[in-house]
Amino acid sequence: MEQQILTLYDWIVKLSSSNLIALIVVITLPLVFLMVYALVAILGELKISAFIQERLGPMRTGPWGIIQPVAEVVKLLQKEDITPDAANKPLFNMAPFLMFTAAYAGFAVIPFSSHFVPAGINLGLFYIFAMGSLAVIGLVMGGWASNNKYSLLGALRSVAQIISYEIPAAIVILTIVVLASSMNLQVINANQGGWFWNWYLFGGPGTAWKLIIIPVTFSMFLLYLVASLAETNRTPFDIPEGESELVAGYHTEYSGMKFAMFFFAEYANMFVVAALISILFFGGWNSPFGDFMNGPIWGVFWFISKSFVFVFVQIWLRWTLPRLRVDQLMGVTWKVMTPIAFICFFAIGLWLMFN
Amino acid sequence: MKKYINNIWLGIYTVLVGMKITIIHLFAKNVTVQYPNKHPLEKASGDKMPMNARNRIFVDMDLCNGCNGCARACPVNCITVQTLKVVPGDAPPLKNGEKRGLWVPSYTLDFAKCCFCGLCIDPCPTEAIKMTTEFEYSAYDRKDLFYKFSTMTDEEIQQKKELLANFQAEKAKKEAEAKKAADAAKAAEAPKPETGELKIDN
Amino acid sequence: MGETKKVEFEYSQIDSERMRLNVGPQHPSTHGVLRLEVELDGEIVTEVIPHIGYLHRCFEKHCEKMTYPQVIPYIDRMDYICAMNNEWPYVMGIEKLMGIEVPEKVEYIRVIFAELNRIANHQIAIATFGLDAGAFTPFLYLFRDREFILSIFEKASGGRLLYNYYWVGGLAADVHKEFKEDVLSIVKQVRETNKEIADLLLYNKIFIERVANVGILPADVAISYGCSGPVARGSGLAFDLRKDAPYSIYDRFDFDVVTGHGEVGTVGDCFDRNIVRFHEMEQSCRIIEQAIEQMPMDGDVREKLPKKIRPPKGEIYTKAENPKGELGFYIVSNGTDKPERIKSRGTSFVNLSVLPEISKGYLFADLIMILGSVDIVLGEVDR
Repeated sequence: MEQQILTLYDWIVKLSSSNLIALIVVITLPLVFLMVYALVAILGELKISAFIQERLGPMRTGPWGIIQPVAEVVKLLQKEDITPDAANKPLFNMAPFLMFTAAYAGFAVIPFSSHFVPAGINLGLFYIFAMGSLAVIGLVMGGWASNNKYSLLGALRSVAQIISYEIPAAIVILTIVVLASSMNLQVINANQGGWFWNWYLFGGPGTAWKLIIIPVTFSMFLLYLVASLAETNRTPFDIPEGESELVAGYHTEYSGMKFAMFFFAEYANMFVVAALISILFFGGWNSPFGDFMNGPIWGVFWFISKSFVFVFVQIWLRWTLPRLRVDQLMGVTWKVMTPIAFICFFAIGLWLMFN
Repeated sequence: MKKYINNIWLGIYTVLVGMKITIIHLFAKNVTVQYPNKHPLEKASGDKMPMNARNRIFVDMDLCNGCNGCARACPVNCITVQTLKVVPGDAPPLKNGEKRGLWVPSYTLDFAKCCFCGLCIDPCPTEAIKMTTEFEYSAYDRKDLFYKFSTMTDEEIQQKKELLANFQAEKAKKEAEAKKAADAAKAAEAPKPETGELKIDN
Repeated sequence: MGETKKVEFEYSQIDSERMRLNVGPQHPSTHGVLRLEVELDGEIVTEVIPHIGYLHRCFEKHCEKMTYPQVIPYIDRMDYICAMNNEWPYVMGIEKLMGIEVPEKVEYIRVIFAELNRIANHQIAIATFGLDAGAFTPFLYLFRDREFILSIFEKASGGRLLYNYYWVGGLAADVHKEFKEDVLSIVKQVRETNKEIADLLLYNKIFIERVANVGILPADVAISYGCSGPVARGSGLAFDLRKDAPYSIYDRFDFDVVTGHGEVGTVGDCFDRNIVRFHEMEQSCRIIEQAIEQMPMDGDVREKLPKKIRPPKGEIYTKAENPKGELGFYIVSNGTDKPERIKSRGTSFVNLSVLPEISKGYLFADLIMILGSVDIVLGEVDR
C-alpha cells in the first residue's frame, strides 16, 4: 500500500533525477536527527534530573545552560583516548562503534512520517529487534576486552539481562503483529489512523467490543515499557553499569570519544525504544484527533513529540527509582513478565479468533 | 498466587507513588542559588551568613599587645608572633587605651594550615583577633595564603630595635653606674651589658 | 558399551576460578577510602577482607602533644558527619575529672544539638544507603534538609561541619535569639521530608526487595562483635546509652528505643538497620521538642574556669550514644595541661568489624548494600 504514496525518496528522485542523491539524503536525515536529538536528550536529562532534585542544573554555558551538551561533547573529544595496556586492542576499539552502529541501524526502518521512512521494508519490526540484540555484542566486547573485572561483571550481567528481557518484549511485539497482521511499521501506523481510540493502546480500530481487550493491551504497553527500560540499560535496570557496585560497568575503562560513543548509543537506543512504543501503541505519526493537524509534515511533529514523551518517562523513572539486583532482575522477567506476556498473547489470539 | 499478584501490584503502586513525588518536585521551586552571581549573603530567604561564622581571621594590630596567647592556643601552630619590648614613653597606647608593652614587628598567620577552630579568639585579652564572615579568599599560590598582619615597616622595626638596644644599653649602663655608686666601696665587677635582641616568645 | 553411565553432575565439580576483586580505596560506594578485598564466586561473595588505615592521622598519639581544648578540633574530624556528638563524651570526661557542673542551659543546648546532629547523621546514612541502591533523588532531598540543620549549627558555633562547640565547662558561644523557633521549624521540615522519603525510597518495592533479608546480623553475633547503635538495635537489641546509662539530662525526656523487628524480612537485615535510623529521627524530634519546651533562654553558657585546663591526676572512661553507636573516650590525666593518653572507642571501627561476618554468601550488589547499612565514616574507622 506504500506504493501509491509519494515518499520523500521518490520526491527527491523526481526533483534531482538521481537515485544516489535521494539515497544519501534519506540516509543522512536520521543521522542529523540523531545528533540533534542526542544533544537535546542529554540536556533534558541534566535539566530534568536537576529540577526533580530541586537543583538548577547546568547554568553557565549559554542562557540556562542550553549549550551544555555541546560543551560536554567537546570536552569528551578533547580527552585523552586511553587504551589500557592489558586490553584486547582491536575488540576494545571496535566495541563502542559497534554499539553505536547497532543503535543507529535501528533508525533505518523508523517511520518518521507517512511519507518518510528511510527503508520501508516489510520486516521492519523484526529488523529493529535484531539490531537491538546486536548491541549486546558491543557490550560484551567492550566488557571483555577492557580486561577489567568490573567491566567483565557488567558485561556478563548485561548479556543475561538483555537476552532475558527480549523475550517478553518479543512476545508483546508479536501480539501487536497479530493484531496488525503486518510487520511493516508503516502498515502498523496506518492501521491506527483516525482518532486516538484507534491506537493499539486502546485495542486498535474496531467496534465497541474491543473494550474487552483494553486491559490486555494496556498491560502489554506496561510490559513493553519495562522491557524497553531493561534493553536500554536504564534505571531501574541499569545493573550493567550499576554505578555504586561496578563503578561504571562495561565502560569503566573507556574515555574520550569512545566513551562518547557509548553515551550516544545509549541515547539513540532510548529513542529507538521510545519510537517503537509510540508506533506500536500510540499511533506513531497519526494525529490523535482525526484529521486535525494530520498530514506528512504534522506526522513528523506527532511522531517526535510522542517519542519524546517516552524519552521523558525514561528519564523520569531513572531519577525516581533505585536499581534492582541482578537476580531479582531475572526474576522479574522470567517469573512475572514472560508469563503475563504469554497470557496477553493468548487473550489477543482468542479475541481475534472470535471477532 | 495471592502473594504473587500482591507483589506485582505493590511494585507498580510504589513506583507510581514515587513518580508522583518526583513530578511534584519537578515543578517545585529550586533551592540552590547561583553562587558567585548570587551571593549567599543576599539569599532571598533572609538566611544570611551568621555573624559568628568562623571564616577568615582578622587581627587588629592597633589592639594586639603581643601576648602570644593566640599562638599558644592554636592546635596547628599556624600563628607566629614576634615581639619587641617597648621603650617607655615611645609607644602610643593600644586602641582601647591600654598601655602598649610590646611592639609586634611580625604577626603571621598561615591560612593554608588554619583549621578555623576558633580557639585563638578566646584567650585574646584585647579582642584584637577576630573571625570574620569573609570566606572568599582562595588563592592560586600557597604563599598568598600566608598573611602578614603587622603594620610595622622594616625601617620602623630597625629603628625600634636600635632604640631598644640603646635604651637597654643605657639602662644597663645606668644600672651599672648605680651599682657602681652603691657598691663603690666594694669595687665590684661591672654587670654584663644586655643586648636588645628580637625576642621570640614561642 | 551397552549401558549408559549416568554422569553425576554437581555444581561444585565445575572447575571454576574465584575472582579476587579490589573494591576501593577509590570506589563510589565504599563511603571513603575503605578497601575491601572481595573474593567472588561468580557474583557470590565468598570472602571479604576490609583493609583500613588509608585515612590514619595518629589522632590518639597526636592528642598527647595537645592541650585539652586543642584536642576538641581533632575530635571533630573523627566522625565528621556528627561532630557535635563526638565532642560530647570527651568534654564530659574532662568535666567529670575536674568535677565541673555545667549550667542547666548548657545541658539543654547540648542535648538539642546532639539530637539535631543525630538527625543530620541519619539523614546522610539513609541518603547514602539509597544512593548505594541507585536512588539518587532522595539523596539530594535529605541533603537539602541537612543544610537547614547545619545552618543552625553555623549560627551557634560558626562552623558548618566541624564545630568545636562543646567546650570544657560549657559551650563556645551562646545560641542566637530565635533559636527555639528555628529549631522547631527544622523539626517540622524533617518530619515532612521523612514522610516523602518513606514513600519515595524506604517503602518502595524495589528498595525493599534490595534490602530485605540481606545481611542478616543475629543478635548474638552483634553482641559478640561489640556492635552498638542502629546496627545492634536493628538486630533487636534495645541497647541505647541514653536509656541504659543516662548521661547529661536524658533521664528527663520521654522517648522510645527503636529496635528492628523484621518488618519486611528477617530481624537484623539491612532494612531493619535502616528503618531503625529512620524512626530514630522521629524520636530525636520528640526529644528536641521536649527540650525546647523546658530550656531556659537566659544564663551564661560557660562555667568559670582557670585559664589552663588542668584536670587532676586520674583516669576516666566516658561514653555517649553517638548516632552510630557507643562512642567512648578513655582519658588519662597526669595533672598537666596535656593529656597523658587518650584512647577512643571508635563506633564505626567496631561496627565495621562485623562486615566480613554478615556479608558472606550474598551477591556482590548485596555487599554494597550491607556496607551501606552499617553506616561507617572512615574518619572514625582510621582516626
